[in-house]
Amino acid sequence: MTAATRLSISGMSCAGCVASVEQALQAVPGVEQAEVNFAEHTATVEGDVSADKLVEAVKQAGYDAAEMKGQNAEADKEAAEMAHYRRLLRKTAVAAVLGVPLVIGDMGGFLPALDTSLGQPIWLFLGLLTLGVMIYAGGHFFTGAWKAFRVHNANMDTLIALGTGAAWVYSVVVVLFPDTVPSLARHAYFEAAVVIIALVNLGGALEMRARGKTSEAIRRLIGLQPKTARVVREGKEQDVPIDEVGLGETLRIRPGERIPVDGDIIDGHSSVDESMLTGEPLPVTKQVGDEVVAGTINVSGSFLFQSKRIGADTVLAQIIEMVRRAQGSKPAIGRLVDKVAGVFVPAVLLVAVATFLIWFNLGGEVLLSHAIVATVTVLIIACPCALGLATPISIMVGVGKAAEYGILIRNGEALQQAGKLEAIVLDKTGTVTVGRPSVTHLVPAADYSEEQVLQLAASLEQGSEHPLAHAIVEAAKQREITLSDVQRFEAITGQGVSAELDGDVCYLGNVRLMQSQGIDIGELQDRAQQLAGQAETPMYLARGQQLVGIVAVADPIKDDSAAAVRRLQQLGLKVIMLTGDNTATAQAVARQVGIDEVIAEVQPQDKNRHIEQLQQRGEVVAMVGDGINDAPALAQADVGFAIGSGTDVAIESADVTLMRGSLHGVADAIAISHATLRNIKQNLFGAFVYNSLGIPIAAGILYPIMGLMLNPMIAGAAMAMSSVTVVSNANRLRWFKSGAQS
Amino acid sequence: MIWLINLLGLALMLAIVWWFWIAKPATTQRQGDTVDILVDDGVYTPSRIETPVNQPITLRFLRKDASPCAEQVIFSDFDISAELPVDDYKAITLTPQEKGEYDFTCQMQMYRGTLIVI
Ligand SMILES: [Cu+2]
Repeated sequence: MTAATRLSISGMSCAGCVASVEQALQAVPGVEQAEVNFAEHTATVEGDVSADKLVEAVKQAGYDAAEMKGQNAEADKEAAEMAHYRRLLRKTAVAAVLGVPLVIGDMGGFLPALDTSLGQPIWLFLGLLTLGVMIYAGGHFFTGAWKAFRVHNANMDTLIALGTGAAWVYSVVVVLFPDTVPSLARHAYFEAAVVIIALVNLGGALEMRARGKTSEAIRRLIGLQPKTARVVREGKEQDVPIDEVGLGETLRIRPGERIPVDGDIIDGHSSVDESMLTGEPLPVTKQVGDEVVAGTINVSGSFLFQSKRIGADTVLAQIIEMVRRAQGSKPAIGRLVDKVAGVFVPAVLLVAVATFLIWFNLGGEVLLSHAIVATVTVLIIACPCALGLATPISIMVGVGKAAEYGILIRNGEALQQAGKLEAIVLDKTGTVTVGRPSVTHLVPAADYSEEQVLQLAASLEQGSEHPLAHAIVEAAKQREITLSDVQRFEAITGQGVSAELDGDVCYLGNVRLMQSQGIDIGELQDRAQQLAGQAETPMYLARGQQLVGIVAVADPIKDDSAAAVRRLQQLGLKVIMLTGDNTATAQAVARQVGIDEVIAEVQPQDKNRHIEQLQQRGEVVAMVGDGINDAPALAQADVGFAIGSGTDVAIESADVTLMRGSLHGVADAIAISHATLRNIKQNLFGAFVYNSLGIPIAAGILYPIMGLMLNPMIAGAAMAMSSVTVVSNANRLRWFKSGAQS
Repeated sequence: MIWLINLLGLALMLAIVWWFWIAKPATTQRQGDTVDILVDDGVYTPSRIETPVNQPITLRFLRKDASPCAEQVIFSDFDISAELPVDDYKAITLTPQEKGEYDFTCQMQMYRGTLIVI
């Protein structure tokens, strides 16, 4: 086989280089022809050889190369699919041109009887014509069936080939040797053979159209990747194909342009629309040092940035990869069906033979035609594809739909579990709240000023990396307060911090810290409780044994948290908030967003234990938290939702990654899971009912009761439509709408 | 005549059971790290591939069949699915960590192959 590989070559300075690159390429084993275009700086290589080897050869010759794909691959694929679609329609048309007159002739009695001297040659001619049409329009069923048979496999081709083949062979026997067949059974089924082939081809074409839409989500994501980038090289800006952008290169982005690779802004500022990746509708402000990612759109300003992730490493590429993986995975329900589908076709073959024998024995020679019709109909009506497609096609659409909302579902199992959830545990900080706390109140003890409280607190916390510490230091900076140097800084997990200042040990932290140090907090305790009641976090500050004051820090609740919590409750979930914060603050936050169960003052390392306790009560529990601090709890939960902010996500960390920092994403993810599982069940139910009703009816079970024998052509139509129906039903998932009111 | 047809029918049923469920097709041993698999006419060729456990294997799929059946290859035990380009290779590398038989199929299970990990 020969496939053309296109490479982009860089470093060719003169026409002489062309020859050496060509030589280097030609020397690679498997290359049949290599042609370098100097003007375009590209090479086209024909032969059965991997692109990697070619790139390596060019590099060894002293130039640089990269494989060019993307645009071409996508266009090639579409062209190939279009050609196949047309081929199917052409085959349908050809088969119909013979099939329709045959059906009319047969039903209208325009054709001569088989066993007359005039009839025989006419029917023989029709039989040969039918064979020709079967080879042209249905040849692929026969080759497919034969190839599958050789590897002990049987599939849809097997059924179609055997069904139409049996109809044709029987008809030819009837035409050639009418006397061997009882007179009542002297009927030819050429029309059935061609009509079935026409219908199955038509079904294939229709299915192809319907299927195009199922991969819409992935195509949309791939489409986000620009084809070229404007690189600044040696002070000059030039457009280069995306594959030629290296690491650490400087790129220019102008207003309205899509960002080609991931990187950090080094000059200028702008706002960037990240909605296509995160589902976050508002543009994000970006300035020097901020990260921009491939696929997002620069809304206003122009800026320069330095590439730091390219190719398969960009966030976009990783999202595509993750969606792809998830689309191919199957929940337990799907794996069970796979087992059934695996033995389905041979089982249908057995049913077909048994059908023949039963009719043959019951009806004797008189009902031979019934035996033939029933056998052919059983083969044709059975549709393994509907069964096989039921699960994966819904997963594909559902997972893709989720990605549109910035929800990345790890696999089918996570999707199925998310549909079964009973309780959902929300981390407070960064999940229910914004996660960026700020100082809200400074309450000095007697003899101290607000300024002194803040100065001491910030001095203690300047070495800490805790978000609350950051808020305090930030507040001090804003008031332009000079901080003092402290020694022996120590973080006391779950309590606070301590450090030495001028020989005094100072403490900043919660009640427990003060109690353990024996510091009297009576003076400010009421005030602290009052602040906590307003969803603020009061921290006591002490120098030696002396209480200095309270610093209250609050983390604002996200605007849409309350609405999202309500949605979760409407989905029938018990919503629980879990936090390391003090009980009063936690309860205040919970009250404001409508959560009734709160587990507060939990040490970070104990979070997963609380999840476990809930699970021991027999509940299917989800945990929503940030991917880093809550990783053990996310892993312990039946479904872990990592809530991200923007494109800064730890994609590996959870079952479901939410790129948008809103709790609506959790509700959307669960709603999509419900919808997808319902869709799978509809598909499976449909496919099972279709086959388990269709096959017995085809076998003639209704004949003794109602005198009904199914026509094989109707079976062909039903079979062709059944997989189209499954795909169309899955496509309904595309209309899923988020319940978030925005 | 009647008993002959009955006998033939029963023999045929036995043959179906034997051929599709009992007899196993020949397996292909890997040569090197890569196995090329042709995707055409409803079958993967080769369709049964033997590979040692804990060793990465690269399967290069070459899709000739443009029908949508062949479009995806799914290794559901490994949570891997890939779209296969028409007339071009698509490489999938995986490292099976447990012995056993793992099916890989197209979406509708028309194409079926097995990775036998020994
Ligand atoms: Cu089918």
